[in-house]
Amino acid sequence: MTAAVPGFLRPELVEALLLEREIDRFNADYAAALDERRFDDWPGFFVEEGRYTVQARENFDRGLPLALIALESRGMMKDRVYGVTQTIFHRPYYTRHVVGPARVLPVQDGDEGGLVRAQAHYAVFRTRPGDASEVYNVGRYIDEIVRTPDGLRLRSRRCIYDSEMVLNSLIYPI
Amino acid sequence: MNAPETLSRWNQATSSRVPFWAYTDAQLYQRELEKIFYGPHWSYVGLAVEIPNTGDFRLTWVGERQVVMVRDRVAPKDRGTDHGIRVVENRCAHRGVRFCQQPQGNARSFVCPYHQWTYKLNGELAGLPFKEGVKATEADGTPCVQGGMPPDFDLKAHGLTRLRVEVLHGLVFATFSEEAEPLADYLGPNILPWLDRIFKGRELSLLGYNRQRIPGNWKLMMENIKDPYHPGLLHTWFVTFGLWRADQKSRMVMDDHGRHAVMVSRRNEGGENRAVTEGVTSFKANMVLNDARLLDVVPEPWWKVPDPANPGTEINPTVTMMTLFPSVIVQQQVNSLSTRHIVPRGEGEFDFVWTHFGFADDTPEMTQRRLRQANLFGPAGFVSADDGEVIEFSQDGFRQWGEEGSTLCELGGTGTGGTEHMVTETLIRSMYAYWRKVMGV
Repeated sequence: MTAAVPGFLRPELVEALLLEREIDRFNADYAAALDERRFDDWPGFFVEEGRYTVQARENFDRGLPLALIALESRGMMKDRVYGVTQTIFHRPYYTRHVVGPARVLPVQDGDEGGLVRAQAHYAVFRTRPGDASEVYNVGRYIDEIVRTPDGLRLRSRRCIYDSEMVLNSLIYPI
Repeated sequence: MNAPETLSRWNQATSSRVPFWAYTDAQLYQRELEKIFYGPHWSYVGLAVEIPNTGDFRLTWVGERQVVMVRDRVAPKDRGTDHGIRVVENRCAHRGVRFCQQPQGNARSFVCPYHQWTYKLNGELAGLPFKEGVKATEADGTPCVQGGMPPDFDLKAHGLTRLRVEVLHGLVFATFSEEAEPLADYLGPNILPWLDRIFKGRELSLLGYNRQRIPGNWKLMMENIKDPYHPGLLHTWFVTFGLWRADQKSRMVMDDHGRHAVMVSRRNEGGENRAVTEGVTSFKANMVLNDARLLDVVPEPWWKVPDPANPGTEINPTVTMMTLFPSVIVQQQVNSLSTRHIVPRGEGEFDFVWTHFGFADDTPEMTQRRLRQANLFGPAGFVSADDGEVIEFSQDGFRQWGEEGSTLCELGGTGTGGTEHMVTETLIRSMYAYWRKVMGV
């Protein structure tokens, strides 16, 4: 026996809601991995040739290609994690990501089937030993997401930040 | 922190020990702004390529004063002699308003939003409302003029503050001072060949900006780049991959005053050399990259130049780091090129603006290489994020000590002068010898 589905829950609306919910869950898992400092898990949110970029809005808006961090594979992300955990010397801090609900955007000409484009706002707070929490980096994720046998994965995540100044350094992924 | 007393307390004959108050005294910092940033020194303000078209402008800084770098109209007959780049202070001559709020853009003129005083791109006052007053009628019906500026008001005498500007190979410098010597003399014959090597005869392409706010005194950034041996200790990446290490063939160059410097070095093969990696905890013998594209270094033809110090021979550096006192560092680190602008914000903080560039004739592959290598530098860089961090630690340490402490910069002795190796702090000592003269301490 199947439950009656109210008429306003059209199948395409249900599908859209489920997809947004799925991406929100994905973003929550991503944020938890970083805030819980499970950095080794971070490259796993991407496909093998996934791209990860942290770029100032100033450059993004003007079409200037420079990024703060620009990684082009899981391998580069692993190298970054090695840097984060082993080689870059910095005052310790922890982060708290607050990620807004995902907006799924229309597909673009030339997109392969199944590619999902989504954006979400984020704010990352930084807390250092002995200090008050501070607003560290604020911006939006511009994502290309694909479905794999293991679940959703990022083909590209661009963290475009509004913050005009990096507070000294940016070590951990955003 | 009573400056007049503390200033006389430099109790060493040499400049090898810098008192902590040189970094923490707020009054001394105000004197630095006057004597250094607003005095007879040239400050970097940007690259000509950032404002390619007539009317293009961008906000930038000389010390704590915000200025506008703008490309003015130039008559065809003057184009051979006038680069057209002007630098004016972002402060209206009327009521002191910072009239320009857009960080960059294109303008036909500058209009102050408060009372619409209007300036030409070169900073001359073009006009203002109600200069001649407002026509009105007296109670008895006779026409009259209300208000207006005094009859002897001279537009020419009330323009924006216009700085002296010199452009060297597309690098734009400005000064408030009439006394500053010509830029080429200011930089000096030891430094110029190293700027020529990168810039001369080349058109630049702008790749973008990274900005960071570092909670430390501005001089610490100059010291960081005048300290050639810390990279082999602090920066694991450098020592492990041979990008910068104490056994490299290196040279420390400075101008006759000791204020500017170039650290010149050549990459070696990396790996272990027990003499320089023993006891260096940052050396990671087993470190390999998962994706080698981050260090895909390709030599460029312009790297090799006649050795300015040894006529008849050539030199092929992979790294040249220039500190041009007081406001900029020009970096060539393998294929990564940038200027790093120091903008002081009080005695304990500065903004550090990285402008990465390439050349207009770069292939797409070379542009991509420069962008990949940019991962090493900037506020998140594998080898320079920690420079900002240690500068913060330094400032914290100075503050907690108070008046009596001093740094110790005696690697390679207490004197000043160039060297043919990097196991030295001579460039720091030389800068402070000059700084003491300028500051009168």
